[in-house]
Amino acid sequence: MSILVNERSKVLVQGITGREGMVRTRLMKDYGTNVRAGVTPGKGGQEVYGIPVFDSVKQAREECGDFDISVVFVPAFLVKDAALEAFDADVKLAVLIPDRVPINDVLELARVSKQEGARFVGPNTLGLVSPGKAVLGMIGGRAESAREWFRPGSIGVSSRSGGMTSAISYYLTQAGLGQSTIIHVGGDAVVGLSHPETLLLFEEDPETEGMVMFGEIGTTQEERVADLVSGGRIRKPIVAYIGGKAAKSGTRFSHAGAIVEGSRGSHESKVELLKKAGVHVVDVISDIPKKAGQLLKEKGEKR
Amino acid sequence: MARLFEYQSKKLLKQAGIPIPEGMVVSSAEEAAEAARKLLRPVVLKAQVWATGRAEKGGIKFADSPEEAAAAAREMFGLKIKNLSVEKILVEEKIDIQSEYFAGIVIDDEEKSPVMIFSSIGGTGIEETARKHPDKVARAYVDVLKGFREFEARDLIRRTGISGDTLTRLSRTLAKFYTVSREYDARSAEMNPLVLSKQGQVYAADCHFVVDDYAVFRHPDLGIEVAREFDRPPTELEKIAYLVEGNDHRGTFYFFQMLDEVSEKENAIGFNGAGGGGSMMSMDAVLDRGFKLANYCDTSGNPSASKVYRAAKIILSQPNIKGYFASGSGVASQEQFHSARGLTKAFGEEKIAIPAVLRLGGNFEEKAIEILHTYLKDIPGKVEGYGRDDAPEFCAERMKKLITENHFLHHKVRPVTEPEIKESAYSFRTVTGEIHIDHEKCGRCATKGCVEACSPGILKLENEKPVLAISREEAEKGKCTECLACEIFCTYHEQDAIFIRLPIPGLKEYREKVIKNQKKQ
Repeated sequence: MSILVNERSKVLVQGITGREGMVRTRLMKDYGTNVRAGVTPGKGGQEVYGIPVFDSVKQAREECGDFDISVVFVPAFLVKDAALEAFDADVKLAVLIPDRVPINDVLELARVSKQEGARFVGPNTLGLVSPGKAVLGMIGGRAESAREWFRPGSIGVSSRSGGMTSAISYYLTQAGLGQSTIIHVGGDAVVGLSHPETLLLFEEDPETEGMVMFGEIGTTQEERVADLVSGGRIRKPIVAYIGGKAAKSGTRFSHAGAIVEGSRGSHESKVELLKKAGVHVVDVISDIPKKAGQLLKEKGEKR
Repeated sequence: MARLFEYQSKKLLKQAGIPIPEGMVVSSAEEAAEAARKLLRPVVLKAQVWATGRAEKGGIKFADSPEEAAAAAREMFGLKIKNLSVEKILVEEKIDIQSEYFAGIVIDDEEKSPVMIFSSIGGTGIEETARKHPDKVARAYVDVLKGFREFEARDLIRRTGISGDTLTRLSRTLAKFYTVSREYDARSAEMNPLVLSKQGQVYAADCHFVVDDYAVFRHPDLGIEVAREFDRPPTELEKIAYLVEGNDHRGTFYFFQMLDEVSEKENAIGFNGAGGGGSMMSMDAVLDRGFKLANYCDTSGNPSASKVYRAAKIILSQPNIKGYFASGSGVASQEQFHSARGLTKAFGEEKIAIPAVLRLGGNFEEKAIEILHTYLKDIPGKVEGYGRDDAPEFCAERMKKLITENHFLHHKVRPVTEPEIKESAYSFRTVTGEIHIDHEKCGRCATKGCVEACSPGILKLENEKPVLAISREEAEKGKCTECLACEIFCTYHEQDAIFIRLPIPGLKEYREKVIKNQKKQ
């Protein structure tokens, strides 16, 4: 098992003929993702690595049947429309890769997806991968690296940083710990699926034994995870790292979400709440595999 | 989040039909007197700075006559409020205030929705009011698909104990406030205080808008120079950097300065991160070792080599830094040789003397590190390249060791210079620059390696000389990816015949100023 995506998930790529769209379609296909069709308005009839391109999502659906997931590579200002088009065609999960999507567009998508019973990852996400099964987005860069860096296993990884999603998973692999699903929730202030939501999915996934969370300053995501753990809704062990210890209040550090507003979202408040809830917070990234391995071992012994 | 000044925010309110005190923005004491004369009544002078609590710092003064207004303005223009100098003052009619309220819009990341907050106590911080008088504060989520309607505003305001005419007047204002904040893509907006005058009129006495920087492109009328979160106006170097980002959409280049000025004694380094999380982690690793960062910078999202080159040139425009530290997540999906080539061209041109630790882990890191070690071994400064299996803490330790060994070195900014380009050179444009090939030198070239080095394959040999294999238009439109491989090959293995000109508008003049200051010291 894994969450959100596996080798059977039927995948559509919106913006498949663009620079990133083409390169990452190659990655997904080479890795084994079940990419069935692509959409670029005006480019219908073309092919990208043997994948048919259509003018609209509905047209793609008429020709290829329902899609489970759409991966969106269109320019930031068109992301909202692309995702709405996907939801309109009953796609239940959209993965929004682009950076710099206006926050009001994200809020609208959040509202519509809730009404439609759909979900989205991102925006500003590197994507997600269920090792050995499927990759969505651009995580890993090329299939060869993705296969080398990520291995199937029982740790769920959720991260607010794209690069760190890969880094943590790679270090877990090096330590002999495989991953069930690796997800970059996106670096923005408001994202579709945030840490508390992904960790709840991992909690329900029978294959996931433990979780690693890379948090950051800003937003309430990590605080809400602490609440879920305190409230008993998450029982599997979590190892967490919170980035941005030295960040100043009011200044954004790359990610739109990584900004401390008032006392909320500060490094100290997050670490304190998580520790109090019983989450294992480490100070350096290289301690993550050690701690995760130890927790899995303890968990195994208790059984 | 691009902040607007009070006077700019108020202009938006006025357009939306929300009453604001009559007034004007002035830049001199004379203009302040003139404004007071025109207003024909007692005025308030308000310093236009992005800082809260300006009243305690002398940023708000009252005046009963034009002379008093001029005197107050004179004092205020000399002020520094939280390190921000007062350059503009808003001169407004003084309102006889009956009562003060608070209205604010923020975005709740849990509900994924805007929240309208209203309080029947205004003037102070909302957090404090909420703590002391919870019954005077009410919140309502806004459905972004429907907007915030007057009946919702009424129901919100009545929960804070307000009724009668005041309720209906405030409700109308609040509904308009949401509409204008949405129209201008506010990330947050606040009217504090929103006041009721003794004459029964509602005014936004103070107002602040913060515009979502990802939506600034929709509002050219706001004239926002640098659409990024700062708690101060952008520095000159930041403006130069922002222009680079605006001219090249391949990947991200995010830059801001963290120290006002770096002295020779300061233990400060130039920082070049990659990826938000990796950058922050790397930043923490160097800060933990007692360093200060002259700047924060993030080059990620698969940037072109030319973009990384420009980032490095900008970082190296900061005098007195003691080292250059580049580090990202360590396992980047992007092809790291692009960054390596960008850094190689920049460091080679600058011939930096300070040490550099460059952690370029990720796809093709072996190639990236090889590029750094091969081509930068002969510059005065020591350059060490690292990959995904080298932790940021280890790299920060290396930086510390190299800087300790070279503690007497601090970075000297050089003038921007360019080699002379002969008229006979073979030249073509690229997306953000130009490539010039001195064909006279090509005659002496044995390998013709530039053609092979060009990964998009846009060069071919004609009479044993490299020329475009595609049209000039195609090259300019992006077929030439500015990977810099041809220049680096030619410079280090052959005749040094290729020069790729990648201009950075404003940098030449900026450096001249820095150099002048360097000489003074």
